[in-house]
Amino acid sequence: MIPASFDYVRPQSLEDALARLGEHGDDARVLAGGHSLLPVMKARLADPAVLVDIAGIEGLSGISESEGGIRIGAMTTHAEIEASGLVQEKCRSLAEAAGAIGDLQVRNRGTLGGSLAHADPAADYPAAVLAAEAEITVAGADGERVVGADDFFTGTFETALGAGEILTSVRISAPAARGGSAYLKAAQKASGFAVCGVAARLALDADGAVESIRVGVTGVAATAYRATSVEEALTGSAPSAESIRKAAAGAGEGVDALDDFYAGADFRRHLAGVYAARAIGKAWIRASGK
Amino acid sequence: MAQAPKFIGAPIKRRDDPRLIQGLAHYVDDFNPPGTLHMACARSPYGKANIRSVDVSKAAAADGVVAVYTHEETKGIGPVPVGAVLPDAKVPVQPILADKQVLFAGEPVVAVIAETRYGALDAAALVEIDYEPLDAVVDLEAAIEPGSTKVHDDYESNEAFKWGLAGGDVEAGMKEADVIVKEKMTNVRVAPLALEPRGVLAHYLPGEDKMTLWTSTQVPHKVRTLVAGQIGMPENRMRVIAPEVGGGFGSKLNIYREEALAAFVTRELGVPIKWVESRSENFLTTIHGRGQVGEIEMGLKRDGTITAFRYNVLADCGAYYQLLTLAIFTLTGLMLPGPYKIDNIEMNATGVFTNKVATDAYRGAGRPEATYILERMMDIAAVELGMDPVEIRRKNFPDKSEFPFGTSAGLSYDSGDYHLALDRALEAADYPAMRAQQEEARNDGRYLGIGFSTYVEICGMGPSAALGGQGWESARVRVEPTGKATVFSGASPHGQGQQTSFAQIVADGLGIDANDVTVVHGDTDVVPYGVGTFGSRGTVVGGSAVVYARDKVRAKMAKFAAMEFEADANDIDFEDGKVFVRGAPEKSAGFADIAMMAYSAIALPEDTDPGLEETHFFEPSNFTFPFGTHIVLVEVDPETGDVEILRYVAVDDVGNMINPLLVHGQIHGGIAQGTGQALEEEMLYGEGGQPLNASFMHYALPKANRLPRFELLHTTTPTDVNPLGAKGVGEAGTIGSTPAVVNAVIDALSPFGITHIDMPLRPEKVWRAIAEKRA
Ligand SMILES: Cc1cc2nc3c(=O)[nH]c(=O)nc-3n(C[C@H](O)[C@H](O)[C@H](O)COP(=O)(O)OP(=O)(O)OC[C@H]3O[C@@H](n4cnc5c(N)ncnc54)[C@H](O)[C@@H]3O)c2cc1C
Repeated sequence: MIPASFDYVRPQSLEDALARLGEHGDDARVLAGGHSLLPVMKARLADPAVLVDIAGIEGLSGISESEGGIRIGAMTTHAEIEASGLVQEKCRSLAEAAGAIGDLQVRNRGTLGGSLAHADPAADYPAAVLAAEAEITVAGADGERVVGADDFFTGTFETALGAGEILTSVRISAPAARGGSAYLKAAQKASGFAVCGVAARLALDADGAVESIRVGVTGVAATAYRATSVEEALTGSAPSAESIRKAAAGAGEGVDALDDFYAGADFRRHLAGVYAARAIGKAWIRASGK
Repeated sequence: MAQAPKFIGAPIKRRDDPRLIQGLAHYVDDFNPPGTLHMACARSPYGKANIRSVDVSKAAAADGVVAVYTHEETKGIGPVPVGAVLPDAKVPVQPILADKQVLFAGEPVVAVIAETRYGALDAAALVEIDYEPLDAVVDLEAAIEPGSTKVHDDYESNEAFKWGLAGGDVEAGMKEADVIVKEKMTNVRVAPLALEPRGVLAHYLPGEDKMTLWTSTQVPHKVRTLVAGQIGMPENRMRVIAPEVGGGFGSKLNIYREEALAAFVTRELGVPIKWVESRSENFLTTIHGRGQVGEIEMGLKRDGTITAFRYNVLADCGAYYQLLTLAIFTLTGLMLPGPYKIDNIEMNATGVFTNKVATDAYRGAGRPEATYILERMMDIAAVELGMDPVEIRRKNFPDKSEFPFGTSAGLSYDSGDYHLALDRALEAADYPAMRAQQEEARNDGRYLGIGFSTYVEICGMGPSAALGGQGWESARVRVEPTGKATVFSGASPHGQGQQTSFAQIVADGLGIDANDVTVVHGDTDVVPYGVGTFGSRGTVVGGSAVVYARDKVRAKMAKFAAMEFEADANDIDFEDGKVFVRGAPEKSAGFADIAMMAYSAIALPEDTDPGLEETHFFEPSNFTFPFGTHIVLVEVDPETGDVEILRYVAVDDVGNMINPLLVHGQIHGGIAQGTGQALEEEMLYGEGGQPLNASFMHYALPKANRLPRFELLHTTTPTDVNPLGAKGVGEAGTIGSTPAVVNAVIDALSPFGITHIDMPLRPEKVWRAIAEKRA
C-alpha cells in the first residue's frame, strides 16, 4: 500500500522541531527511522498531514559515557546500539535487545527513541529499559523533564510523552561491581517482534546473594511490565538454577496476556516463565563471572 | 552429438545473475511508455457481502482521475478463464468486476484510472460502496456441513465437485492387512508469494489496431489467446510480453482479472494502462496453494508390506476457480502410491467452495499434498509396527529392474532406482551416527529427531493427451549469418535459468561457445506459439524442443558443408567453432563461414532452401518421474516449542543435469519453501473471511538464518522420455522437504508418545502437543 499524501519538514534544531510540532498540533508526527510510523501510514491507519523529521538535529544521536553509565541519543539506531562496546560493557541486555530487533535493514534505520515513543507491546527495548531502570529525557515547549522507565509505558502504544514533546535521550546507570544482564526472546517469525522477551539486570553482593534485580517483560501483555514477584523472590539470597527456575515461573502468572494467532494467552504466560528463567540465569552467570 | 559434451553438465553461472543483482533487469513496472495511466481497484473488505450501491462520483472528480469502471461498464469482458473442467463440476462465473455480491475479501469492485499511481490509489479510496455484510464461510469442513452458510446463493450447497480415482481393490486390500493405521491430516492453504507481485501494462495503438500486453506471467501465449478472447480481439493483434518475471511458483500460470481489465481499458482509452499489484493485494487476490483436509487409511502386513491406501479428502477451491484449480488435486490422486508398490489405492475428493480467493498451482501442485500424507503415514505405520522408517520404505520400493513401473493410479514411472538414492542419503547422513547422536541427546534431556522422505514426483508436464491438451513445447533455433546462434523458446522461464542452460544445449550440438548463443523467450510476436513454464517442464519439454530444432539446423548446415567439401553430409562434424569432415581435418571451415554460405545462397545444396532457422514442437511420450531421499535432523525445545533444523541431507535424482548449479538453485529454493509450509506458513482467516496475516509482517516465510547448509547429492537415472534424459527439478525440493521436516519433528517428540501434529509446526502447536501428553 501507499500512504496518503503528507508534508515533510526537516528542522535543524530541537527548538525549531518543537516549534513545528506546536504549530501543527495533532496533524504533525515526529519522524525518526520511520520503521513503525511508515508501515502504519502505508496501511492508512494514520495519515498525518506533516512529518517532522528529526534526523537533521545535531546531538540527538550517539552513545557516550555518563557518570559511569551511558547516555544514548534518541536517534541512535538499533545497529549502533547492538555494536557499541560501551553498551555491551555497561548494559549487555540493551545491546542484546537491539540485536534481537527485526532484521538488519530494520536495525539500520530504526531508532531507540522511535521504538520507545511508539511503545509497541511487542517491541524489545521496553523490557530492557525497564530492567535497566533507565531515565528517559523528554523535551517540550517548556523545557526538559526526565521520566523513569517505570512511569514511561502507560499502555499499548501509549507513553508518558506529552503532546508535541520529543524524546531526546536515554540514560542508564553504571553497572554494579558484580552485575550482569541479559535479554532473550521468542520472536514472531515473520517480523521478528517479541512474542515474549525478557530482560534481567541484577547485582550480587560479596557473598553472591542477589542485592538487586529487575526483570522486564515485553510481548506478553498489552504493555511491557516488571515481573516484581520474581524480583522479590530472588532478592536477598544466593540464587541457584533451581531457585531461579521456581521464581521465574511467576513472570507470567496472573498476567492479562495478549491472545492472538502468534500465541495464545496461556502460551505467552508460560513463555514469560521460561524466558525469565533463561534470561535471569544468563545474567546471573555473567554477574558471578562463571 | 558425436563429441563429448562440453557445456551440457557444466556448472555454469546463470547469465541473469549480474543484471538481477545490479538492478538492471526490467520487470513490468520498469516499463513506462509516455502517457501511461495507472489503474487501482477498490476491493471488497468482506468475505461475503451484498453490494447495495456503488457511488463513484467523488473518485471520478478527484485530481488526475481519467476514468472509473464498474461492473456495468465492463460486463462485456468475458469471465476469468477456467481450464481443466471436470464433468459435473459446478463452474461459477467469475466476473471482472463484482456486480451484486462480493464473495471474497480482495475481490475488485471498481477500477479507477488516473494519471499517477498515487492518484489512482487515493481515488480508489474515495469510491463509496454500500455493502451489506453477509455471513462468510472459510473453514473447509464447516463449509461442507449440511445447512452451512453458502458461498454461492444459487447453488444447493458448497460442494463444487466430486472426483474419485481407484486402482486395484481397496476393500480387499484392507481385509488382507494385519494392521490398519488411520490419521486425519491437513495441508493448509499457503500463499505462493513470488517476490515480484503481479503486474500488467497494456498499450493499444488505435492506428495499428494492435495491442502490447506486458504481464508478469509464466504463460504468455495462454494469456494472449485467453485475454484476447475475453475482450473480443483477434489474438494475432495482441502481443504479450513476459519481461523479467520475478518468480511465479505456479501463481502466474494463470489469467487474472486485472489483465483483461487493463487490456479492455487501453482499447477504450488508447493510452497505456498500468497496474502493479501491491503485496497486500498479492496476499488477497493472487491464487493460494494446497488447502486439503483428509482422512487417510493405510493397510499393512506385519512385515511392513502395504496392502491398501485410501484418501478421503476435502479440497478447498475458494469462491471461484482460476485456470487450473480443478486440476491440482487430480495430481494428488495420481501420485498417491508414491514410490511404493501399492496395488490398491483409492481417493475420493470433494471440492468445496469457501469465501476465499481460489486455490491453484503452487510449487509442487498436488504432489506435495500426496507426498506429505503418504510419507507421514509411512512413519506412523513404522511406529505402529515397530519398524525403522528406513526399513518400512525399503520393503515397499519397486526394484530398479521393475521399471518402467506401472502404478495402481494408472501411471507408468519411466525409470528409477529408489534403493540407490536411499543408500546414498543414509551414507551421506551417516544414519547410525545420527541415531547415536539422538540417543545421546535424549539422555541429556534434549529432543533430536530424524525425518525421512522418500519421494517420487511427476514432472515434465506433457504429454498433451494426458494433460487435456498442450503438453508439448516449441523452440526455434536460428544460426545467424555471422555464426552466432539464437534460441527462441516457447517456454517462459522466470528465474529458472534457461537463458543459460538452453545456450549450453545449443552450443554443444553446434560445436560453438555457449557465449555465442542467445536465448529469447516470453514474447509472443517473436517466439513460436508456446505452452509456458510450469510443472517442471521448462527444460524437460522446452529443452527437448531446443535439441530437435538445433539438430535440424545442424543437419542443414551439414548439407552446406558437404557441398563445400564435396563430402557426405553424414560425415560432417562440428567442434570448437569449426565445421569439418570427420577424419579429414584439412577439410574444415569456420562455423560462421558455413553460416554465411547458407545466407548468401549463391550456391545451394540439392533440395535445400536458403537460411538457417528451424522450429520444432516437441511432444513427450510420457511424464518424467524424478525421485530422491531427504533426511533431516532437527532439535525441538520442549519448553518453547521451537524447532531448529540441524542438518539437511538430500539426494535428488533428476535424471541428467544440464547445469548442476541451476539444479542446486532449484533444490535450495524448493527445500526452503517446503520447510516454510512444514514449520510456519498458513493463510489465516477471521470469521468474516478477512485474512488475518496478509502481510510479510505477519506471514512468515522461511529465512536463510533459520536454515542449515544443505548437503546436496545426486544419483543419475536418465529418462528415455526425452532426448536430454532430464527429468525436471523445479518442484522436487518442495515435494521432498515438507514431510521430511515434519517427520523429523514428530520423531523428536516420540518420547512424549506423539505420533502426529498437523502442519505448520509453529512453536505454540508443538508446545501444546507436548503439554497435552504431559497432562
Ligand atoms: C519488518 C520490521 C520488523 C521489526 N521488528 C521489530 C522487532 O523485532 N522488535 C522491535 O522492537 N521492533 C521491531 N520493529 C520496529 C522497529 O524497531 C522500529 O524501528 C521502531 O519501533 C520505531 O523506531 P523508528 O526510529 O523507526 O521510529 P518511527 O517509525 O519514525 O516513529 C515511531 C513513532 O514514534 C514517534 N517518534 C519517533 N521518534 C520520536 C522521538 N524522538 N520523540 C517523540 N516521538 C518520536 C513517531 O512520531 C512515531 O509515532 C520492526 C519494524 C519492521 C518494519
